Parts: sequence; C-alpha cells; structure tokens
Amino acid sequence: MSSSVTYKLTHKMFYEGLKEGKLLGLKCNSCNTYTCPPKINCAQCNSLDMDIVELNGKAEIKTFTVVRVCPEGFEGELPYVVALAELEEGPWVCGRVVGVDPDKVTMDIIGKKATVGGKIPPKLSYAPGEPMAITLKIS
Amino acid sequence: MRKVAVMGVGMTKFGPTEKSQVELFAEAAMEAINTSNIKPKDVQALFLGNGLGDFEEGQLNLAGFCANELGLPPETTAMRFEGACASASIAIRNAFLLVASGAYDIVVAGGTERALSMGTSLATRTFAMGTDSKYEEFSGLTFPGVFAMLAHLYADKYNVPLPKLKERMAMVAVKNHKNGAKNPLAQFQKEITVETVLKGFVVADPLQLFDCCPFSDGAAAVIVTTDEIAKKHVEKPVYILGAGQGSAGSLCRQKDYTIMPSRIASAKQAYKMAGVEPKDIDVAEVHDCFTIAEIVLLENLGLFEFGTASEAVEKGETEIGGKIAVNPSGGLKAKGHPVGATGAAQVYEIVKQLRGECGARQVENAKIGMTDTLGGDAGSIVNLIFGI
Repeated sequence: MSSSVTYKLTHKMFYEGLKEGKLLGLKCNSCNTYTCPPKINCAQCNSLDMDIVELNGKAEIKTFTVVRVCPEGFEGELPYVVALAELEEGPWVCGRVVGVDPDKVTMDIIGKKATVGGKIPPKLSYAPGEPMAITLKIS
Repeated sequence: MRKVAVMGVGMTKFGPTEKSQVELFAEAAMEAINTSNIKPKDVQALFLGNGLGDFEEGQLNLAGFCANELGLPPETTAMRFEGACASASIAIRNAFLLVASGAYDIVVAGGTERALSMGTSLATRTFAMGTDSKYEEFSGLTFPGVFAMLAHLYADKYNVPLPKLKERMAMVAVKNHKNGAKNPLAQFQKEITVETVLKGFVVADPLQLFDCCPFSDGAAAVIVTTDEIAKKHVEKPVYILGAGQGSAGSLCRQKDYTIMPSRIASAKQAYKMAGVEPKDIDVAEVHDCFTIAEIVLLENLGLFEFGTASEAVEKGETEIGGKIAVNPSGGLKAKGHPVGATGAAQVYEIVKQLRGECGARQVENAKIGMTDTLGGDAGSIVNLIFGI
C-alpha cells in the first residue's frame, strides 16, 4: 500500500469550482465539520478522511473594510470592499464584496446575508496559474 | 538550559536612508559588538531577521554578506530568519535557545530592512504577501485592511461606538508620537493630536493615515550570550527570562481574531518560562503596526481584560508613568517599522530601559520588560521577557 498523501481538493480545483459558480469544500467523516477553503486535513480535527462537497454559498458578513490604498495591480478597482463572512456550514471566508457602493458602506453591513461567488482578479505579479478571488454578493 | 543575557545593543536611526541593508545592519551590529567589549572574531553565529530584502534590493542570502562585512570568521553560522514583521524576534529567540542549549556562546542577532526603497504601491503589494496568497490576497486585501476589519470586528463585538473607538485609537497614536518625540532614533520625532489623526486621509475604513505605522528603513542588533560571559564584559547585563512563539494560518481560519490563539500561546510560554505574570511587567514594547493592533494585543497578552484596553488607553494607563508603560520608544507608529529589524529594535529599547539609559522617556524603576512582535496576520508571534 502506498504511504503517499494526496490532496482531495487543491487550491486549483477550488478556483475551478468558483469559475463554475460552485463553492467547494471538504466535509470531515470523523467530526462532521466543514473545511473551506480547502486544506490537506480537517481544520477541526486533522482527519484526512474527508469528502469534497459543494457548500450552499450562503454567508453572513462578520466584518469589512473599504480599501482606498491598494497593492500594485488593483489600482483600477479602487475603492473596493473586502469582508470576512461566516458560511452557513461554519467556516469563514475572505472575499471581495460586490453589489454595494463602497462610499456608502457602514457598519450596518455586519450581519447582512451574502452569496459566495468568484471573480478573476486583475493581472498580478508573483501570482502563478489562473487565480480566482472569492466574492460576496450582498442579497 | 544555561542562563542567557544580552550584552551590547545597537540600532541605526529609523527612516529614509541611502544605505544598503548590509550597511545598515553592519552599523547596528558593530555598535552592539563594540558596546559588548568583544571583537568580531568572538562571534560564533549571526541570526538575521529580514522580510523583503529580495524585493527591496534584489539581494538574497543577506546573512553571509553581513557576517563577512563585520569580519566574522569563516566558521560563523550565518542565517536569515523570515517571519514577516516578526523576523528579528524569531532570530533573537533562536539565538536565546541555542545559547541556552550550549550550541553557541556568543551570537549577534537582529534584523535589517529597506522598505522605503519600494515605494507605496510595491510595498503594499509585498507586505500583502504576508496574508494568504491563495485564498485572501486576490480579494485585494491589504495589511491596513486586515487591521481595519479588526477594528470593525472589535467595535461590533464589544459594543464600542465606532467614533468612540476611533478616538481611543487616535490616542494610541498620540501617545506613541509623544514618546517617539523623545527618541533620537525615531523616524517621527513630532507630537501630534487626536485631531491630526482624525483629519488624515482614509487608508482602509476606518483606519486613517495616522492609525498606520510608516514604511521604514533601518537595522538593530543585540549580542546574546551566557550569564558568565556577559558579566565579564559589561556592567549591566540584561537577562532573557522567557521566550515564546506561536503560529496561525489564514485570517479566515482564525475567525474572530480579536482573540489570537497564537499570541495567547506565545505569551503564555514566555510568562511561564520567566516565572512572571502580566501584572509584573513594568514596560512593554509591542507591535502597534496599527492603532487598533495595540489595543487588541494588550488584551491578548493578558495586560488588560478583553474588551477593556481601549478604555485603558483613554485613561492614560499605557502612558509612561501609567499602570504599564507601553511603547516608550514611540513604537512602530513613531519610531518606525523596518519589518525585519522591528523585533530587534524592541529588544534594544527594553534593554536600554532596564539599564536606565532612556533619558526623557525612561520608565522609572523598570525591572521587568516584555516585547511582542507579530508577523503577518498573526501567522508568527514572538514574546520575549527580560529582567535585570
């Protein structure tokens, strides 16, 4: 029997899911918790016994900021909103908030429901492959 | 484990420079060697903190160049330590552990950085490399953004109205500038007011310019050795009583990061090893990369109860002469934050404070001092506790 360990869900597969409008994660067969974004083992109990699942993409905004000074490459998108949101299945994700006016966002956005999606980020240096960013569309 | 001491310390002025990272480090390390009353040939290892030297000067493998620049012998172990903004503290903690274990007797440890050479756009990009490059960076998240989200999380969790929290955050900047004005090596030696902070342009809501530490150039170094050797060479050795280090992953996996398990674990290790409690700390040099960062870390280190540190700042409890003097050097905010050198500059200040050499910013009767350094978004945390 081989002792090698292989990722169930790599970052590339996670990006491909986002491109197709799917939020992929891992469900642990030992403790039943969800890991998203993916990791080699369960974020809760370290078990390797996990299955790839499609999460429902429903989230709640926990905190946010409006970025007004950006990293090289994001100049064309300023100003923009970045948030952390809690998925219905438990994990938190970090993503770009879409569908809001950055200049009108206040702390009232905390607690708002959002739908998770994906977007292609601007062309960046030091970013191999075909990167995807998580998006959070306020519903 | 052998008892470990810091002998000499050295530091360049922080701020814009035309010197190279090697030149900056060599000046700081030479000062540390000279004030330890030793020669370069006495040094057995050089541990160098450096965050982004490759982007700044196109220079990799800095440690060997630094060792040769100082004239250290060919048998010297020279290594770079990278843990983003905690790089130098990781270097010093490893120097402590390896001197304690008997592997080396005399180590020069510190850090160097020339972040200003990159300009704001590339610097913001490379600093953001300290966040998760697969799952968070592509959202356009910045480091000010990480701490801006922390401020909103804190205001929401503890029901502190945002304008009130922002005023108290501004008071952190005012205090650190007041202290920095008394530090001849600080990048900014000018006092500011709450109004100065609240008038600044917005970097990442709710953080304004003066809520943020600057990009900086500079270096700092310390000589780590045994109790026995230190007593032979200097009048006032300062002892490393405890050291801790913790780690964490992506921001999203940390969830509510007003509580940082990596920092709590790191501090706990340091307190336990030193045999002290938070209430025993007289002076602390801590990682105020942003004003909200200082408030949150004070709670995670156990120096104030969770949810109470912003009020403590307002009451002046973190001023020199308050309950605990926090960042008498001016902190990252006013002294400057040359990433890879920051932890060593914190140690430099604590050593000088415990020796009673800080002049106008001296904390009276300081006996126990602590440093706290954060790398990335809490991915690397180091705490060191010092005594005399």
